[in-house]
Amino acid sequence: MNSGAALLDLRGIARYFDVSPPWLDRVLERRGRVTLKAVDGIDLAIRKGETVGLVGESGCGKSTVARLIVGLYAPTRGSIQYDGVTIAGQGTTTDARALRHARRGMQMIFQDPYASLNPRWRVADIVAEPIRAHAPATSRAQLDERVAALLVQVGLAAADGVKYPHQFSGGQRQRISIARALSTNPQFLVCDEPTSALDVSVQAQVLNLMRDLSHALGLTYLFISHNLAVVHHIADRVGVMYLGRIVELAPTRELFANPQHPYTRMLLDAVPDLEMTGKSRVAVAGEVPNPLDPPPGCTFHPRCPFANERCRQEIPKLRAAGGGARGEAACHAVEEGRLPPRAIPLAIPL
Amino acid sequence: MTFAAAGEPLLAVERLRVEFPTRRGTLVAVHDVSFSIAPGEVLGVVGESGAGKSLTGAAIIGLIDPPGRIAGGSVRLAGRRIDNLPYDAMRLVRGREIGAVFQDPLTSLNPLYTIGRQLVETIRTHLPLGESDARKRAIALLEEVGIPAAARRIDHYPHQFSGGMRQRVVIALALAANPKLIVADEPTTALDVSIQAQIIALLKRLCRDHGTAVMLVTHDMGVIAETADRVAVMYAGRIVEIGPVADVIHRPQHPYTVGLMGSIPSIVEERERLTQIDGAMPRLTAIPPGCAFNPRCPHAFERCRRERPELIPAGATVAACWLVAQMP
Repeated sequence: MNSGAALLDLRGIARYFDVSPPWLDRVLERRGRVTLKAVDGIDLAIRKGETVGLVGESGCGKSTVARLIVGLYAPTRGSIQYDGVTIAGQGTTTDARALRHARRGMQMIFQDPYASLNPRWRVADIVAEPIRAHAPATSRAQLDERVAALLVQVGLAAADGVKYPHQFSGGQRQRISIARALSTNPQFLVCDEPTSALDVSVQAQVLNLMRDLSHALGLTYLFISHNLAVVHHIADRVGVMYLGRIVELAPTRELFANPQHPYTRMLLDAVPDLEMTGKSRVAVAGEVPNPLDPPPGCTFHPRCPFANERCRQEIPKLRAAGGGARGEAACHAVEEGRLPPRAIPLAIPL
Repeated sequence: MTFAAAGEPLLAVERLRVEFPTRRGTLVAVHDVSFSIAPGEVLGVVGESGAGKSLTGAAIIGLIDPPGRIAGGSVRLAGRRIDNLPYDAMRLVRGREIGAVFQDPLTSLNPLYTIGRQLVETIRTHLPLGESDARKRAIALLEEVGIPAAARRIDHYPHQFSGGMRQRVVIALALAANPKLIVADEPTTALDVSIQAQIIALLKRLCRDHGTAVMLVTHDMGVIAETADRVAVMYAGRIVEIGPVADVIHRPQHPYTVGLMGSIPSIVEERERLTQIDGAMPRLTAIPPGCAFNPRCPHAFERCRRERPELIPAGATVAACWLVAQMP
């Protein structure tokens, strides 16, 4: 991509989980180990101030990416650089101060505002916790002042600090989560489905707030969602994930107007359309394969109408789509230029 | 086709009221809800959590959990009153005349029985068929809802199916006795987009083939736009607007519907900000006097705070709003 140093740089990052049955079962039933490749080699650079959206269906590994970045999981392979410092994976810095500094610079907002706030803590304590962890010397008065300012910044009242989470609605709780995430003055926020548990009108409030904050504080977001419309609204660039890999990465406008990868096209055709343009859906065949036993080659090939022998054998790499498109796609058909222009979706056979 | 569906309605709901007695007084979760569904029609019911949309569906199929109860109004199916039927009589209506599809296909199926056994049991409860004929019908149903190798899959257990396939099985169960109405409560919410598209297409095709009417309860306006003929918008236990789907989406009359439509992000249109309805829907314990939407309404005036508006014809839809009443 073009200018601007990457704030966050994922290089060939992968995370495998051992989901084998217990040892005794394996011996008795003569079964081997089972590995779930939740994330299988992702390269993604996020520039300062930009919002990158990550979309995909359940089980594609998008939440695992979020957890890898904030350090909740260690990568199996690859490395993560934040602001020039390697914070995870191969070549992790041994400088504890630099590591701490990087960790303070990034925070996470979780999906479920009911589960991510401790019900027995007052809001002020919840919001102050990251400050206490990163700057234990902060005085009580400074802490109170900072918490009050944060609550006002996210659209709550300073006096709300003495209340408990159950006294707030879902949208207000998500505002508390955002206030907590902002408390260490981070530059980078990882947002894992932050509005998925909210009603649409409340979702609109939270999305507007997040956009206002990104303008006001110059924040960088990685915004993870299964909802294409939400990502279209908030992101500057979008990555589409399928079974642990990014299959397409492009500027938002480009991706939605001129999707390259057959999976992206399929997803866009599947989104219910409020405009009611009379567009008929392509009844998409098939489902996401079992991630424990992914197909060889391009993992999308069993559902892809353009798959050929090469797709069944060789894993495609993410490369510039060419043909005037500014994005990148991991597709042999795109690379070979044998993908037809995006078809007007055919009517569903009724 | 504005206020009520044309012709003899299949389902007629009149001033339905659902209450929950609590220690601190009675909560009215569904308040004077009236609508009708014509044979073969798809009525969408939208609203945010707590608006009463699912309870309205549950009241129609007679599945309100105690201590909740239907406290007033009536539900008529093809002219026959069904809201006051005894439990056993209602059991026969449910399944035979009204099918149900719920959000989570895993909890709608019994994990201990094969899907074939569940289908055959349902078919034999409602139709005079022998074991082998019922099994044939079960296989035919599974084929119809798009389950590959149905004759083999019929002997599998629910956990052996994926989420989308399970929802297909649930739809097959709902269709088992060829009901005239299906109440579908968030049928696609637990599914991924690509699977959601398949299930919507399936529901549409089945309705067309069988002439089945559907009450589609969902929070997803996109699903309604794709599927429904008419849509009812619920807020704080009441219908605030009802009308043909294109009119409600493109020319909404009630300020809540206007805000709701504006708050939905689009994959086509680019907007700097989404329309924002400040505040949240009131809790049932604290419904404001007058119009329940007035504290959040940008156009509220004196009358809205005093007096509750009834549904008033407005353009092609019907809306419960004093602004609409004032329009020439």
